[in-house]
Amino acid sequence: MKKRWLSLVSLLLVFSFIISGCSSSTSTKDKDDKKAAKLEIFSWWTGAGEEDGLKALIKLFKEKYPNVPVENAAVAGGAGTNAKAVLASRMQGNDPPATFQVHGGAELNAGWVAAGKMEPLNDLYDKEGWKDKFPQSLIDMVSKDGNIYSVPVNIHRGNVIWYNKKVFADNGLTPPKTFDEFFAVADKLKAKGITPLSLGDKEPWTATMLFEDILVGTIGTEKYIKLWSGDLPLNDPGVVEATKTFKKMLDYVNADHSSRNWQDASQMVGKGEAAMNVMGDWAKGYFVNDLKLKTNEDFGFITTPGTEGDFLVITDTFGLPKGVKNPDDVKKFLSVLGSVEGQDAFNPLKGSIPARIDADPAKYDEYGKQTIADFKDAKLAPSLAHGSAAPEGFLTKVNQAINIFVTQKDVDQFIDSLVAASSDLKK
Amino acid sequence: MELNRTEKRSAVLPETKAKRNRKLTTDHLLALCFILPSIVLIAVFVYGFIGWTGYVSMSNWNTLVPDFSFAGLKNYAYLFQDYRFQADLRNTLVFTVLFIAVVVLAGQALAIFLDQKIRGESLFRNIFFFPMALSFVVTGVVWQWLLNPSTGVNLFLKKFGLDSMWYTNTDILAGFKWGKIEFGIPVAIIAVVIAAVWQMTGFSLAMYLAGLRAIPEELKEAARIDGASEFKVYRKVIIPLLRPITVSVIIIMAHISLKIFDLIYAMTGPGANFVTDVPGVYMFETTFRGNYYANGAAIAIIMLLFVAIFIVPYLISSRKGES
Repeated sequence: MKKRWLSLVSLLLVFSFIISGCSSSTSTKDKDDKKAAKLEIFSWWTGAGEEDGLKALIKLFKEKYPNVPVENAAVAGGAGTNAKAVLASRMQGNDPPATFQVHGGAELNAGWVAAGKMEPLNDLYDKEGWKDKFPQSLIDMVSKDGNIYSVPVNIHRGNVIWYNKKVFADNGLTPPKTFDEFFAVADKLKAKGITPLSLGDKEPWTATMLFEDILVGTIGTEKYIKLWSGDLPLNDPGVVEATKTFKKMLDYVNADHSSRNWQDASQMVGKGEAAMNVMGDWAKGYFVNDLKLKTNEDFGFITTPGTEGDFLVITDTFGLPKGVKNPDDVKKFLSVLGSVEGQDAFNPLKGSIPARIDADPAKYDEYGKQTIADFKDAKLAPSLAHGSAAPEGFLTKVNQAINIFVTQKDVDQFIDSLVAASSDLKK
Repeated sequence: MELNRTEKRSAVLPETKAKRNRKLTTDHLLALCFILPSIVLIAVFVYGFIGWTGYVSMSNWNTLVPDFSFAGLKNYAYLFQDYRFQADLRNTLVFTVLFIAVVVLAGQALAIFLDQKIRGESLFRNIFFFPMALSFVVTGVVWQWLLNPSTGVNLFLKKFGLDSMWYTNTDILAGFKWGKIEFGIPVAIIAVVIAAVWQMTGFSLAMYLAGLRAIPEELKEAARIDGASEFKVYRKVIIPLLRPITVSVIIIMAHISLKIFDLIYAMTGPGANFVTDVPGVYMFETTFRGNYYANGAAIAIIMLLFVAIFIVPYLISSRKGES
């Protein structure tokens, strides 16, 4: 009898556990509702310059709209590797941040727009009169089926060779403009015992970036874009030729490339151990802020061979996810983000150039001014390595193929794996 | 035990069987109530999620948007034909064999040395055991710097003409073509083995030391009286008696090495040509960077099966040992 009573009590205890579990989960939900009123800005800008830029932007927003509470929900991790995983789980759990950083191009369109998770922003573009303030090809990168889905805040250029001025001057060399000039310069440097080209492909995207720059330099922007839309097969003779050039270039890189990241590779140029490095223009921030080098004195820059009139675009944009509780506040933030004032507050600190064509060049340094000028006339090519040209799934497979190719240097095998991966282009 | 006894008794006194059974149910119910919360939690959060992962691994969910339509074994078939996964299988096998062999042999040897009643034994024990206190991520970062071909020790070694590439070496020893990959011993994985051995040898040393201390002095004495040399005492008496310890060390090290992720992720990443890639790293990258959720789930299930190959026979044999 006594035992039965005991078991009853313990059963009750179990139930009370379950009930208390339920009630605590409802209370956290209440908290979430309150939190949702905050404007949560989700990004991976936690590095030196970029965090300052984001803070300047938030400060500007607070001055204009003091009544909207803002939360900076940045997730650390280079190139957004961690942030993207956090974002994916939040979006799938129907708990989207108010607005989030996403690269314009496939990452936005083939990812979140195709998944039906984004609201169109056409009305905002009409209201702010932005349609002729951003380059049309950039608006195309953030549009799908005639609807615009995000606001670009900055532009980075991917096709830049950074070179050590002293090494070039000491050896009487001029920076190469074509592949022939590149290999001529590289041979001379190699003969003198200087690493001609530094590479740090511990994370394979840096090698993918080098490859995409060679690809644009070989086949041009128009054909390059057709590759990702499926209008040109990936075993096109131009791609094969670019792969062969890539293979030849790999003979001139440092032997320990697979143990270095991009900063280590840039550092080799800064120290004069290597003559050239191909990297996006965030490397300028690294040269100037971290290595304390001077633009056009210690290091110089030139577009990668054959891409003088091309511009490999990496653009960070912000959009409005579906199911957000405060869409009007988000639009207020996006209007600040897309304004001249907002772009000029953010970009000089981040080291990028504004996405708008009417921003004030006086606020930018020497490199920025020239890039702003180039950006106006150049043909824009979305970067593959940064998720703008093709879906993430395809990019992962390309990165794997590149990682194998850098060691095996088997052109046919590489082209085969590109073709095999191309079924993932449609996703 | 309880059950056996009652059954025996009830056989003797069949008329009380009904009464005893009722008491048994109350007992059982009570016990059940107490373990029910943990049964439910484990059922949902361990076995439920294993089942869910198994289901996802057979779905078409290889995009951002969940797609739970049934795909059969398509994802598994893809993996086994994939260059990277084949390289992962090779690396896991080589890493596991080398890692376990060195940890077992070095742990045993160090334990026997420490057991010689040397001076400062506890100091040495602590020195050897200390790396265990670090996390694999710390070990990975430290050894990444130590074995980096352009920094650390290697600047010194280079002065003596020893120019080792360590984990950036892409050579594969004793290689032959197998599937899509070159099968053999990747040189780069040896650098990872060094780091892992440095961390885990202390653990096997401690286990062997405990095992040595548990061997009764009389056995060794008896062998010596029978005229066995000190070497023979170890070979014929002590080391055979350490066999259960060796089995435990192998099981523990195997489940660490088959699931290894943090050490490799912090130290080398996938490596050029995937010479240091392992299923854990592939799973992370393909799931959270490439959004191939179903492929990632399939890798997780394959890893679970690998570990089960080691753990299940161990559990069965230890169960037999109990009864």
